Amino acid sequence: MSYASVLIQFLNGLASASSLFLIAAGLSLIFGVTRVVNFAHGSLFMLGMYLAVALAPGVGFWLAVPLAALAVGAFGAVAESLLLRRLYRAPELLQLLATFALVLVIKDFALWAWGPEDILGPRAPGLAGAVTIAGQRFPAYDLFLIALGPAVLGTLWFLLKRTRWGMLVRAATQDRDMASALGVNQKGLFTAVFGLGALLAGLGGALQIPREPATLGVDLQVISDAFVVVVVGGLGSIPGAFLAALLIGEIKSFCIGLGFSKLTLVAEFVVMAAVLVLRPWGLLGKVRAEVRGAGALEPPLRLPSRGALLGLAALFAALALLPALHAGYTLVLLTDVLLFALFAVSLHFIMGPGGLHSFGHAAYFGLGAYGAGLLVHKASASMGAALLAGPWLAALGAAAFGWFCVRLSGVYLAMLTLAFAQITWSIAFQWDAVTGGSNGIVGIWPSPWLSGKTAYYYLTLAACAAGIALLWRVCYSPFGYALRAGRDSPLRADAIGIDVRALQWAAFTFAGFFAGLAGALYAFSKGSISPETLSIPRSVDGLVMVLLGGIQTLTGPVWGAALLTWLQDAVARGVDYWRAVIGGVILALVLAFPQGAAGFLRERFAR
Amino acid sequence: MIEVRGLTAAYGRAEILFGLDFEAQAGEVLVLLGRNGAGKSTTLKTLMGLVPSRNGEVRLHGERIDGLPAHRIARCGLGYVPEDRRIFTDLTVRENLEVGRQPPRAGAEPWTPERLLRLFPSLEAMQSRLGGRMSGGEQQMLAIARSLMGNPRALLLDEPAEGLAPIVVDHLAGAIRELKAAGLCIVLSEQNLRFARRVADRACLIERGRIRASGTLEEVQPAYAR
Repeated sequence: MSYASVLIQFLNGLASASSLFLIAAGLSLIFGVTRVVNFAHGSLFMLGMYLAVALAPGVGFWLAVPLAALAVGAFGAVAESLLLRRLYRAPELLQLLATFALVLVIKDFALWAWGPEDILGPRAPGLAGAVTIAGQRFPAYDLFLIALGPAVLGTLWFLLKRTRWGMLVRAATQDRDMASALGVNQKGLFTAVFGLGALLAGLGGALQIPREPATLGVDLQVISDAFVVVVVGGLGSIPGAFLAALLIGEIKSFCIGLGFSKLTLVAEFVVMAAVLVLRPWGLLGKVRAEVRGAGALEPPLRLPSRGALLGLAALFAALALLPALHAGYTLVLLTDVLLFALFAVSLHFIMGPGGLHSFGHAAYFGLGAYGAGLLVHKASASMGAALLAGPWLAALGAAAFGWFCVRLSGVYLAMLTLAFAQITWSIAFQWDAVTGGSNGIVGIWPSPWLSGKTAYYYLTLAACAAGIALLWRVCYSPFGYALRAGRDSPLRADAIGIDVRALQWAAFTFAGFFAGLAGALYAFSKGSISPETLSIPRSVDGLVMVLLGGIQTLTGPVWGAALLTWLQDAVARGVDYWRAVIGGVILALVLAFPQGAAGFLRERFAR
Repeated sequence: MIEVRGLTAAYGRAEILFGLDFEAQAGEVLVLLGRNGAGKSTTLKTLMGLVPSRNGEVRLHGERIDGLPAHRIARCGLGYVPEDRRIFTDLTVRENLEVGRQPPRAGAEPWTPERLLRLFPSLEAMQSRLGGRMSGGEQQMLAIARSLMGNPRALLLDEPAEGLAPIVVDHLAGAIRELKAAGLCIVLSEQNLRFARRVADRACLIERGRIRASGTLEEVQPAYAR
């Protein structure tokens, strides 16, 4: 590489760092103050893009950008005051669930308003050309972006460090209750912060339109990038986000410049893993004390009563007898319900008793599915061998990723699991030779004697019931108790000789195995797998199932899985904008039952 | 100034306070005397709106304040200094004071940083220091000063002398007497009779969320000693 092309790659890196920073800064700001992980941040970015593209022909690019950003900011403020504000005292994962629901609603809104096709935006008037730097042409607009990043950083710094508003925000960030006992109205403050964060996301999106078309898929793509930047920089630290954006922007740019564009994701991952192992709180993050005045304490997991166990046995018997009475589509749907129930229970195992909030559990579901599929496809293995081996690949993956994950806790852990899932997804998506790329693997059919609907239903019922029973049993074993002790009080658990980290690692791997079993069963039930098997929406589905059911209940995830699978099936077949419908249902449920549906029922009837 | 009638409160299903009645006047120090877990801190938090009250009435300067959000109660003129001080550790001393700033109240000399530094001279030299880098005693002074910036009519102090060196306790007792002389109403929780004796005008003995005795400290003391 010549000196000139190094310089150009460096500038490219700076420009993409600015874009990354704009997205990450808002996410970090919102999290730092309200403690809400705003999953809809990528959707706000997407909204900014579409709004700017739609406004630009009328008012011109340079007016469309700030207008789009302001509109997204106003939307964020309204969403906060109507929705999230009611949930600040609820367990923090429910806030997350609410923002997931927003992702669904916003996506379908964009689909309705602007259609499924990508829309090209205009060039920026005045900056449409290129300038010559060291004998090479470089887009003038990218120079503008390079300057904008530090300008936004400076503005935010001034706002937070030099104004009374910023001082109150910093005080409320640290101790909400004390700030309000001093007369600070944190409601208004939080709404404003959320609006500002949304505005930054909208600005990031609007400024992106001269560089790439507005598309519907950008929301989840952006959110995983933003998570990586925020985690590397340190949650809540805006200068940290800037530093991390620079680091990641440059590394990606040089990977592309050196001709290894497929390496960009791996490089990003290596950076993140290195930073998190050396500095688990990110480059400029601080070790966080627990936030005061945040969510409520959750009740402990109780031993199920004799009646509940009898009920479950009766349910199992009914499911076993069902094919005698009824066949057809119901069995196919129930097969799905069963294997997603296993998936949800395995996620609940690490989230509930383990306290490890995984946002990327689909990785292990997908690894199980791909493991089984590849064995059948490449090694011509029998179905039995593939079903048994697939989960081991998932367990292996969970062990490898889990080793990093259990070093972190809380939101850091959540974001790291999401990033790992995204990496697994891109490997499945990009490694055409082995995984079949975006087409996936087709022709994974069960052995002839199991290929009937009823036979396969029985196999799934047996495997899933056994898996679920085992996972539940382990919750009440010494291992499960130690796991819960480590969740509730890591220091004390450590002091009485429990190796909390090793325990969590084992639990993560164990749960990964059963997610993999569900994935392998899924592969054979569909006959094919694609990267969607392990995409972010699948991880989100798992979270929704667990949270809808109630995280501190035992059987909740099963009901959550049944509800969501049935809803997706029923709504997706009958309604065009099914995502928005499901998002709306989730929002309604979250607002009505902040303890989860099963948790709510238990609260009502357990007195 | 503060009037509490039939106050009950609970954390979830666990009831903590069972119908408290007491009052405190302007220029008076009322000590809530009680052992660990008796409900003193919960009483103060409930008055401040940080723990929701179930039943009963709280009046400040004749106005009902129960059921209001904490920031409204603070603006009505109730100041709160929690047991663990809860200084904003990432903010400087000066900024900690500014967070507490509320408009002046008619008929009372407004509190300014300058006036507060006369009350707590040891804060003078450390105005740009971060709250996290102060000793316990300095943090206690700052916590009181911070709530005074809101120009309160009444001040709630939760075990202010706990864990402080004797010389700092002397300063604190002096400051409390000065605030009382300035006409503030002070409700102070305490389990240590020695400190209570130095500041109390009247006392209520709290046991298991109920008021066992009230009157002067001498009248209440025998019931506490047992």
